[in-house]
Amino acid sequence: MTKSNITRRGVLKTGAVAGAGVALPTIFTSRAHAYTNEPTGSTVTLGFNVPQSGPYADEGADELRAYQLAVEHLNGEGDGGMLNTFSSKALQGNGILGKKVEYVTGDTQTKSDAARASARSMIEKDGAVMITGGSSSGVAVAVQALCQEAGVIFMAGLTHSNDTTGKDRRANGFRHFFNSYMSGAALAPVLASAYGTDRKAYHLTADYNWGYTTEQAIKESTEAIGWETVNAVKTPLGAGDFSSYITPVLQSGADVLVLNHYGGDMVNSLTNAVQFGLREAQANGKDFQIVVPLFSRLMARGAGENIKGIFGSTNWHWSLPDEGSQAFTRSFGTKYGFPPSQAAHTCYVQALLYADAVERAGTFEPCAVVEALEDFEFDGLGNGPTLYRAEDHQCFKDVLVVKGKENPESEFDLLEIVEITPVEQVTYPPDHPQFAGGSLGSCNNGA
Amino acid sequence: MLGLDRRDLTLFIVVLLLALFAPFLLNPFPADSALAQFNAGYPDLMQRFVIFGIFAIGFNILFGLTGYLSFGHAAFLGVGSYAGVWMMKLLTMNVIPAILISVLFAGLLSLLIGWISLRRSGIYFAILTLAFAQMCYALAYSVLTPITGGETGLQLNLDDPRILGVSQTAEGNIPVPHLFGLEMNQTWDLAMGGWEFTFSAGYYLAAVVMLASFYLAIRLFRSPFGMMLRAVKSNQQRMNYTGLNSRPYTLAAFVISGMYAGLAGGLMVSMDPLAGAERMIWTASGEVVLMTILGGAGTLIGPVLGAGLIKYLENILSKINKGVLEQWFAFMPDGIDSFLVTIVYPFVGKGWHLTLGIIFMLVVIFLPGGLVEGAQRIGRLFRRERKPAAPEDPEHHPKPQPHVGE
Amino acid sequence: MDVIILQILNGLDKGSAYALIALGLTLIFGTLGVVNFAHGALFMLGAFCAVTLNRLLTLSFTTVDETRTDFLGNPAKVETPYVEAWFGPEVGGWMIEWSVPLAILFAIPIMAIIGLVMERGLIKHFYKRPHADQILVTFGLAIVLQEIIKFYYGANPIPTPAPDAFKGSFDFGVLLGFDPLTIMYPYWRLVYFLFAMVVIGAVFAFLQFTTFGMVVRAGMADRETVGLLGINIDRRFTIMFAIAAIVAGLAGVMYTPILSPNYHMGMDFLVLSFVVVVVGGMGSLPGAVLSGFLLGILQSFASMPQVIAVLPGINQIIIYLVAIVILLTRPRGLMGRKGVMEE
Repeated sequence: MTKSNITRRGVLKTGAVAGAGVALPTIFTSRAHAYTNEPTGSTVTLGFNVPQSGPYADEGADELRAYQLAVEHLNGEGDGGMLNTFSSKALQGNGILGKKVEYVTGDTQTKSDAARASARSMIEKDGAVMITGGSSSGVAVAVQALCQEAGVIFMAGLTHSNDTTGKDRRANGFRHFFNSYMSGAALAPVLASAYGTDRKAYHLTADYNWGYTTEQAIKESTEAIGWETVNAVKTPLGAGDFSSYITPVLQSGADVLVLNHYGGDMVNSLTNAVQFGLREAQANGKDFQIVVPLFSRLMARGAGENIKGIFGSTNWHWSLPDEGSQAFTRSFGTKYGFPPSQAAHTCYVQALLYADAVERAGTFEPCAVVEALEDFEFDGLGNGPTLYRAEDHQCFKDVLVVKGKENPESEFDLLEIVEITPVEQVTYPPDHPQFAGGSLGSCNNGA
Repeated sequence: MLGLDRRDLTLFIVVLLLALFAPFLLNPFPADSALAQFNAGYPDLMQRFVIFGIFAIGFNILFGLTGYLSFGHAAFLGVGSYAGVWMMKLLTMNVIPAILISVLFAGLLSLLIGWISLRRSGIYFAILTLAFAQMCYALAYSVLTPITGGETGLQLNLDDPRILGVSQTAEGNIPVPHLFGLEMNQTWDLAMGGWEFTFSAGYYLAAVVMLASFYLAIRLFRSPFGMMLRAVKSNQQRMNYTGLNSRPYTLAAFVISGMYAGLAGGLMVSMDPLAGAERMIWTASGEVVLMTILGGAGTLIGPVLGAGLIKYLENILSKINKGVLEQWFAFMPDGIDSFLVTIVYPFVGKGWHLTLGIIFMLVVIFLPGGLVEGAQRIGRLFRRERKPAAPEDPEHHPKPQPHVGE
Repeated sequence: MDVIILQILNGLDKGSAYALIALGLTLIFGTLGVVNFAHGALFMLGAFCAVTLNRLLTLSFTTVDETRTDFLGNPAKVETPYVEAWFGPEVGGWMIEWSVPLAILFAIPIMAIIGLVMERGLIKHFYKRPHADQILVTFGLAIVLQEIIKFYYGANPIPTPAPDAFKGSFDFGVLLGFDPLTIMYPYWRLVYFLFAMVVIGAVFAFLQFTTFGMVVRAGMADRETVGLLGINIDRRFTIMFAIAAIVAGLAGVMYTPILSPNYHMGMDFLVLSFVVVVVGGMGSLPGAVLSGFLLGILQSFASMPQVIAVLPGINQIIIYLVAIVILLTRPRGLMGRKGVMEE
């Protein structure tokens, strides 16, 4: 590894240069810095902590591609991507605060323990001032708490659970991705107009934190439009064959099946549901329908034809016509040969937002960065005008309601945008019951 | 001295010195050099080395001595972790009560599981322990979320009651685990020339505990109780025929090794106060089996070495990405460097599992006694002793068992 | 009642997969005395045989279609599979659509070769080693195999649909005198169950009625005596290993339309199939099949909403719970032999 002296120990080293050659203890320090991993050399190190093994490895790989692209753009290489469309013009393409951006990578394995080990090694060994990435909420919450303790900034990657900016929110953590509540709020009106307000829903829910918050969010917002929830059944993570959960659905008197599943579970449960003929079935005199609250294009590929016509929500899609999205899709597509996923988009944007905040704050000091990000309003990053709310560090922006495309033109063209739900409709008060019980605490600069 | 014979004392002193000077030994490369990637002397990884060392030492007391292969030891580590975090949430951030309660809970659970599972032996025992551990994992991940934090893991909060201590610090943060005021995440840096060494309070606490457990394990191995356990391994039936009931001995060994696992769990949350459910999944139990066999089952030092190797690969190899490789080989002529990157790339970064798998296979194929046997072979090579076969076997290698086809 | 029948059907299907994998594991264990932790990987490799054949059949040449554009606004590239160009769109399309059943033919030789290479190259050297070593080396092999697959196919599930003829569901209810549309069961799952029965039957018939099988069974019971009779039992056992690999592979091939394959599906099935084998009784072939179906059905029942409502989380642990109960009441599983794997 040839990242030249950029760790916080760089400081000590410069002090030690005088005595270099003579291997004598020259300095013995503890907590001599203004904040954790203050970059003192000509470079700054960011930590990209993404799943590289385990079920979300492909999303992790896409996140890493996005980060590499972001680093290029920040350092003034490539075509600049969204830097050109970003409403804040603080970034000059000369790194961050004139320091060249370097990065280290790690493997979260989609396990909270491993993710924290990897993040700690980035902070303790490589001197990273910011950790970002991840493809599941458990990992995001765990790493966010770690960054709070260590005194570095955490820019969450793909995490959709309400808890990340709800009961487990932290002052040093920020989330650009949307959440379960927003999915529910955006989906409900579209579902009402497509399927009517007199529907009986049956939920299958992944039996862990993200599943719980998504089930609650969808339940509450669909019940608000008049739907009735017949039953909600928890399914084990990685159940594989969902047939024994699918077959009771038709007998239950429900006419809509909501699959609160993500990743491989979503692919399998949706495939099973289609195989068991749910899509052709009739119930209560209506056509039976399936809803998948959180769509991921990468995962949806695994379900093949089964996703056609199924409603869901997504944070971003490459086919969005706005300038920012186009610019990002162009530079990503030119570099890698295929369009970016929503995971790639949120990670790229998070890296840019962090760099911009540092530039505006004029320092890497976490508390100053937090201040710069709080209540920051921006545009041109693909989701329209966006607000980073100070109360919970959640981004508020438009949410996409999508549908599996009937006649895809390419293997990437799986989702079509049904509606862009305006931000007002998905905004909630910071003390909304679905997000209750948390508090940011105060920002931590660490050592 | 210390009730050890000369041989064991030498071993203990070697381990003591290794643990003491680990911050130097694990950072052999200057911080600026390209090889600094391979430095492992940062607090988190050093702590992991000794903590998983404790876990493996404990596992070895059961597996190495009695031959009972438990596939559910991670459950004890997990329960210990949960108990430790709860202690920190409810009582105090001092790590001593947390560690004690971890050992206690792990001991109770292992008493229960051991009492049931030890009714069977061989693979049936292994599957029973696996089943119990998987049940613990599945429930902790899902329905027990209110107690265990589920997928996220059990973590500290700003509003924890913490009777003997504060819920949050003056700055509005969650307090840090400490030992009578010495914070576990405290570090001191030492720069010498191009080298940098980090001394971490948490590491030294864990190292002291590890040395104590290691000492205890040596005494146990050499005690009459240890002898009894070995007798169970070599022929339980014959032992039973002599009128000895071996169950209390095996159960004691099971509980002791469960308590070691709980100790490891308690230390883990003392260093990093979050307990994830994945700690208990079957692959985590498998990992400690692999550590023990990889290092050398039934040997004293083997499990520690095995634990070190696996954790090193997991943490160091997985961080080498394509960019790093390109920098390494940048001095090569064009074409050759990209060729080398292409060759090496599948084995590092996201491919670190592949390297791990290959190493498992190589070690088992060529070093049936694990790393310890490798070290012994090298040692013999140096001493130029050409004693043919039948080495004295001071570490009590497992005897090859006949397989069922015979 | 209809709900119960449905869950039995679901269980039979899951049980078929368990039974096929457990059958192979038991064959290897019973003949070679080797605990094969790479057996799940063989199941996964079988599934990827289907994926690979599908990929081979859809190998395409690219033409540029100026009338359409791709996502970057460049002229779109249109891919036409070679088989469609060679055999015409109809025959070619049919081959692609039927790639999963066709993959059976493709998988048999491949899995046989993989099995032979594995046994001769690696497992052979571990006959006399402790079971712990066997577990470690085959576990290492399993990791290597799945990482290789991940390297080439990625980590996300890959869709491999069944032929159109098998899409849709069969109305069981009418057959049994229920109202129409109460017991619907997908055709492909019926195919899978029947296929599993045929494979299981074939393995049993092979062991029961051929001379080769007789020798193998004799070898399983007393390897030394058979060897003393001048029979090369090792060679036969090697062939049995290949057969076990084929069984696992076929189970994987046919399972792909039910579960989009991914690289870690083998590990997911491995632990469960070990539980199945042990519950059935180490070394007992009928035991493995019986316990496979039993656990599959119990798992389905435990997944019913009515059951979960009473005992939350029971669906997560039912298999392990049953395993514990059975092992405590029947020391050697359902049909285990005395003295096997107890030392």
